[in-house]
Amino acid sequence: MNPVSDLAASLISIGFYGISYAMILYVISVGLSITMGMMGFVNLAHGVFAMAGGFVLSICLARYGIPFPLALAAAFLSVSVASVALERGLYARFYGAGELTQVLFSIGLIYVAIALARLEFGTQAAPIMLPDYLKGQVKILGHDFPTYRLFVIVFGFAIAFALWIAIEKTRFGAFVRAAVDNRAMAQSIGIDTRRLFTLTFALGSGMAALGGALGADVLAPQWNYPLEHLVYFLIVVSVGGFGSLHGPFVAALLIGIADTLGKYWFPEFGAFLIYAATIGLLLWRPHGLFGACS
Amino acid sequence: MTRIKAPGLFFALAFAGLAMFSGSGAVSAQTIKIGVVSTFSGPAANFGEYSVKAMQLYEKLHASELPAGVKIELLVRDDGGPNPDKAKQLAQELIVRDKVQILAGAGFTPNAMAIAPLATQAKTPFLILNAGASVVTTKSPYIARFSFTMAQSAAPLGSWAAKKYKTAFTLVADYGPGVDSETAFTSAYSASGGTIVGSVRVPPMTLEYAPFLQRVKDAKPDVLMVFVPAGKTATGLMKGFVDLGLKDAGIKLVGPGDIVPDEELANMDDGAIGVTTVYHYSAWADRPANKAFVEAWQKEYGTSTQTNTFAVSGWDAMDAIFQIIKAGNGVVDGDKAMEVLKSYKDANSPRGAISIDPETRDIVQNEYLREVRKVDGKLENIELETIATALKDPVKDQMKK
Amino acid sequence: MTAEARSAQAGYAGATRYRWYEAVPFIVAIGFYFAMPDYLSLGSRILIFVLFALSLDLVLGFGGIVTLGHSAFLGTGAYVAGFIGAYSPVSDPIIQLLGAVLAAGLVGFLTGCIILRTKGLTVIMLTLAFAAILLELANKASAITGGTDGLSGIQVAPIFGRFEFDLYGQTGYLYCLGVLLVAWYLVRRLVHSPFGTSLTGIRDNASRMHAIGAPVYWRLVAAYSISAAIAGAAGALLTQINQLVGLDVLGFEPSGEVVVMLILGGVGQIYGAFLGPAVFLVLQDALAKQFPEFWYLGIGIGLLFVVWYAPTGLIGLISRVARRWGRP
Repeated sequence: MNPVSDLAASLISIGFYGISYAMILYVISVGLSITMGMMGFVNLAHGVFAMAGGFVLSICLARYGIPFPLALAAAFLSVSVASVALERGLYARFYGAGELTQVLFSIGLIYVAIALARLEFGTQAAPIMLPDYLKGQVKILGHDFPTYRLFVIVFGFAIAFALWIAIEKTRFGAFVRAAVDNRAMAQSIGIDTRRLFTLTFALGSGMAALGGALGADVLAPQWNYPLEHLVYFLIVVSVGGFGSLHGPFVAALLIGIADTLGKYWFPEFGAFLIYAATIGLLLWRPHGLFGACS
Repeated sequence: MTRIKAPGLFFALAFAGLAMFSGSGAVSAQTIKIGVVSTFSGPAANFGEYSVKAMQLYEKLHASELPAGVKIELLVRDDGGPNPDKAKQLAQELIVRDKVQILAGAGFTPNAMAIAPLATQAKTPFLILNAGASVVTTKSPYIARFSFTMAQSAAPLGSWAAKKYKTAFTLVADYGPGVDSETAFTSAYSASGGTIVGSVRVPPMTLEYAPFLQRVKDAKPDVLMVFVPAGKTATGLMKGFVDLGLKDAGIKLVGPGDIVPDEELANMDDGAIGVTTVYHYSAWADRPANKAFVEAWQKEYGTSTQTNTFAVSGWDAMDAIFQIIKAGNGVVDGDKAMEVLKSYKDANSPRGAISIDPETRDIVQNEYLREVRKVDGKLENIELETIATALKDPVKDQMKK
Repeated sequence: MTAEARSAQAGYAGATRYRWYEAVPFIVAIGFYFAMPDYLSLGSRILIFVLFALSLDLVLGFGGIVTLGHSAFLGTGAYVAGFIGAYSPVSDPIIQLLGAVLAAGLVGFLTGCIILRTKGLTVIMLTLAFAAILLELANKASAITGGTDGLSGIQVAPIFGRFEFDLYGQTGYLYCLGVLLVAWYLVRRLVHSPFGTSLTGIRDNASRMHAIGAPVYWRLVAAYSISAAIAGAAGALLTQINQLVGLDVLGFEPSGEVVVMLILGGVGQIYGAFLGPAVFLVLQDALAKQFPEFWYLGIGIGLLFVVWYAPTGLIGLISRVARRWGRP
């Protein structure tokens, strides 16, 4: 093989990893983008739901031997349901409160969640036992790709498409878009925003859980997960723009690929590139790439 | 607008609340207080947890050996990870408030360095239970190390690897122990005729290793030497190693024992099989002293938990503390305790014969070549040979020359 | 923020007369020195975080700038003081302190010029990103910062050539208290000045302040730089007390914790910055002892409780109680 095709092979492989990482970031962050955009809620505790999803997956697989697809669904459903209780009981109370109160509230929630996670699961990362059909490699056009990463990419794109349909083509989606654009007006034309918020919140948390479960193989569920990855989720959301669906998708792709390529070419710079790029982008477009102008 | 009437009142109450916690000073003269500052939360929570469990186990099993009426009290403090200022504060409080006679712990090198001047000022013996950078023991004459130094395992690994493999790539976490092991491995490997074809330093808390490993794959070395912190980072690296096809490409993965920690093997999949490491301990070693240790451990803490390097450090340190107490007949004096530590020897530690080098107060121990193998459906670190016997820290040996 | 929270916030010029209760924190601090000589290291830590929270109060409480990256300035101060002590022959603590204050103020000015062009959530993100960049910088420049291993070998001479930093932390405690007293005086003067008045005006209604011709942007930049300088002083104290610097001073944890401490105590009232860190750190000290591994649970529940029942912070709670007592 000559050096050029070697380089091409490496780049394809790296790009592939970047995209699979991006899909994990996207699925986790999209819910945060919607809740931040629609409810104006600074929910720093979003990572808690992603962590919960990872733990549910781990328990389902390791303790009960539930098949992988069902375990993913279980992660989504259980966390959605639990988040309804949280939203009704706690979050709803702070919708009108200032950013500060919300920051404090969600940090308090993070503390409680990580303490509970530690009590229940101890200090080690929960093991993720993938089924055999997702292990190993797949050969496409002469390149070997890890099966699971391929699955993550396909799954991520499918989720993005399904969400796009749900928001752009359904009645529920129209309500959501209306509430993001102008909450007061949506309310005055008879949309039950209270119920809408609860539903959207449940959907967003469920997506986070799904993303957490999907990405558990890379970002292992461990009790300090919500704090450890908080900055990355926030970067995806703010670069993409609050309240946007395709914003986080594009942002996640940009960040996932840039991060992976940056580490490959300039390992000595570490995470430098990502932060610098984020600052630059936010100065250029303070509301993110696709942010609804507030 | 309302003016605040008495904000200072509650402020006073807050400080007064402190008074409640200061009342625990009264302790009989025959209680030896040992302060343990290590990590019990965060990604490295294993560091402290296993050490303290081993110390408690030793104390329980050997309590009758103490002079009559003497009791041991362990005061455990969590530094939460590599937080030197937190570690220093906790150690200071242990010395000043709780009047501990012996300090132990330090999962991380920076924490050990932060505590060192306090040990000197207060003349309190300080037993290092993990921190592995060579310089640690030079920071205070009251430090003795019961864990290991990075170079102790990386240097013999380098010499061994050079005999079997022509080219090597090193991938280490970008902090003290990582850099130490890179340096020791590289110089030993080159000295024995091997060629280093590349090296990369990654952030210590990296989870996604694909980009770095792709570089390694491109360089096509015979052997990859790795040091990353134990835990999920090591697990992530192992996964990437297999996923990216480095294993299939015939690249041999070696390193100090931290990439395949004894307590994490249960969470790893078969990709780890064949990983070769050099380390001072394995939970599956068949020395009688280790078998007894593992049996006692699993009887106390359940068969699902494994002993590991942190546990054996805690165990041996407690053995040394018992010797100090016995030598002083229940009284601990800093300088006398250091004399005991400097001549400390144990031919029968779970990790084989160990001693403390009287000159450097660093551990002298054997190093074993280990390979991950599947035994009865479970992954185990099997000791293949003793690759170095009674090895002193190679870095300090070199500094002398 | 609720109307009640607004009305509980002071800050507009006017009542600049010193009240008796303003001396209480300092009387308590001096009392603490004599009553609990074994706890001075915790005491110093509280004083340093009070100073840090006070710096945050200036931007967050009076300027209305929500930041999650204030550790950038704590860390800058800590490292600059450390550099001076480790690499230059200057070991005088006061000079190290001034160097740290200047450097942190400069970093605050430069980043403030960029960050304050934006609003709301973008500000939060930018502060986070700048702190993260500084952390990465310190991590990568391990040749001078020591990286993860920390910067050690810092020389700190006795204060005024006479008072040496001792094992029991007596000198360190009084030194921190002295610096805090100076900073408190400056901040108090500042918020009761016309400058402070315009700052609170911007917080409450920036567009109206624009309309009356106030230089909104430059006021905010000025407040941000001063706040950064004070945070830098807190960092320098941390360095001098510990005689080493760890990477964690630049991490997310101090940024997040100081916000929590301040909101806990009460925002925009100066004394909230005294109360919050004291309660937080004392609780942390107590809980970490009894359940060394699970103190997060206690702090988390405590926070939720405060958010639920005392949205104006502990100071607000106290003033409510005091009002009830005052007018039966």
